[in-house]
Amino acid sequence: MRPPLSALIGLTLTGLFLFSAVFAQWIAPYPIDASAGKVWEGPSADYWLGTDSIGRDILSRLIYGGQVTIFVALASSALAFSMGAFLGFLAAVSGGFVDQLLSRIVDLVMAIPSLIVALVMLSVLPLNLTVLILVMGILDSTRVFRLSRAVAMDIAVMDYVEAARLRGEGGTWVIFREILPNALSPLVAEFGLRFIFAVLFISTLSFLGLGVQPPLSDWGGMVKENKDGLIFGKPAALLPAAAIAALAISVNLVADWVLTRTSSLKGGRGG
Amino acid sequence: MHPILKLVVQRIALGLLLLLAVSAVIFLGVEALPGDTAQAILGQQATPEALANLREKLGLDRPPLERYFAWLGGVLTGDLGTALTNGADIAQSIGQRLGNTLFLASCAAVISVPLAIILGLIAARHAGKWQDKLISGLTLTTISLPEFVAAYFVIYLLTQVFPVFLPVASIYGGMTFWQKLNAVALPVIVLVLVVLAHMMRMTRAAILNVMQSAYIETAELKGLTPMQVIWRHAFPNAIAPVVSVVMLNMAYLVVGVVVVEVVFGYNALGQYLVDHVSKRDLPVVQAVGLVFAAVYIFLNILADVISIIANPRLRHPK
Repeated sequence: MRPPLSALIGLTLTGLFLFSAVFAQWIAPYPIDASAGKVWEGPSADYWLGTDSIGRDILSRLIYGGQVTIFVALASSALAFSMGAFLGFLAAVSGGFVDQLLSRIVDLVMAIPSLIVALVMLSVLPLNLTVLILVMGILDSTRVFRLSRAVAMDIAVMDYVEAARLRGEGGTWVIFREILPNALSPLVAEFGLRFIFAVLFISTLSFLGLGVQPPLSDWGGMVKENKDGLIFGKPAALLPAAAIAALAISVNLVADWVLTRTSSLKGGRGG
Repeated sequence: MHPILKLVVQRIALGLLLLLAVSAVIFLGVEALPGDTAQAILGQQATPEALANLREKLGLDRPPLERYFAWLGGVLTGDLGTALTNGADIAQSIGQRLGNTLFLASCAAVISVPLAIILGLIAARHAGKWQDKLISGLTLTTISLPEFVAAYFVIYLLTQVFPVFLPVASIYGGMTFWQKLNAVALPVIVLVLVVLAHMMRMTRAAILNVMQSAYIETAELKGLTPMQVIWRHAFPNAIAPVVSVVMLNMAYLVVGVVVVEVVFGYNALGQYLVDHVSKRDLPVVQAVGLVFAAVYIFLNILADVISIIANPRLRHPK
């Protein structure tokens, strides 16, 4: 089946973002902190997208910033996924006390908005990439937990799971060999959405000055660095802002397509 | 007791219990994290004696559980302690700012709710046609934007390209209501954009869902116009899901304001929270975090109560 136009656009853009993130060191025209020209310069042949609030090449910083944004978002959504899915499956398979305990903890964490929890936690934790990834990953794993628990609940009552239990397989086998392969397709589509959420989350934290710290800089931080120019008519802050939006929208288009594809494979489930 | 009243009371009791648990998480959970307020104030070079002195002064040498109950008792009597950074009374600081935050959020709510429902009705009325695609496309775009990104696009558009507004939103005492409204116009536009999309999509989905029922077909077959069908038959039955999504978005609005306040330098609760997170002023952060959590939980309860009232099926659990 040929993917629709929107999915093709999404795939191309997502691929482009990933490519420039991986090869940032090679394709960026200037080093990350090179103070090049005058401040707030417009686009020119030397500086394709102009220069920022202290005269650094915006294109290069966008490329390096994308690396940080994408890396942090990928790492935290991977953490959210492995943790949330494992605990969700565990809750569904064990039932009883384990399920109750895990579900109530998740209810509790989800009763407060993630941003507020993150802010409260970041007021005591040291601000570095590892901490950010852990905080975001753990907070986001609650959503993955709910989804994977619900999916695994449906699978856990299937005959083949019953058969595995009867032939004496343990919980680990049931989780990894019976439930995981069958729960994969709804989870894959969810991964895209969680990744977007992580991108928006880290960008917001950095924008508030509580995410990625200098000398590193991500797109949210770049908006913060250049925001004061806006009221003098210098649109430099809009470039990283547009990059965040473009990444989120293109991944969204891909995830949408994967979602309709996997649900149509299942005979129209979902919707 | 009347069954609705009983359900509502149950829901409120559950909410209060949840709030209690949240307060424990905010206080004890933060205690469990590595990091120390005394260290945060004095820095890495502090001598052990200075640290011990400060801990004693702040009461940090007492066991966490004891301090939690002392804190909780204070919260219940309206005493939130004083800020570490400047010694200001926290309850007073929150009181001054909470009004500003609620003013901003309610302005956004008053505009976004009717707008979202009207757009949702239009999209559902023309499902699959260009009007629907246009509305859905635009809202899909705004849904993928973080608040501050949407904010800066709006700022650039409305202060530079079309200079209609001033780029800062400061509110101070002595402003007339009209001046206040003018000052918050830009942040309100941003907040409306941010919450509009989700509400509009849910309204559209709820109405389209109802449109598949047999009684809608009957209504169509007896010759009603599409707008009559939607207004008389589909909308009343879609009210429950729409109301609950509206309330959930109001709850979301309360968080959205945090970022928007920082963008516009609007002196209110969100700005206060973010400032004190970077200053590592834990008592302030805990108090404001609890206020945000309380408002959020309250709006969630309200959403549940309204859907219980709007949907008779929810009144008889099992």
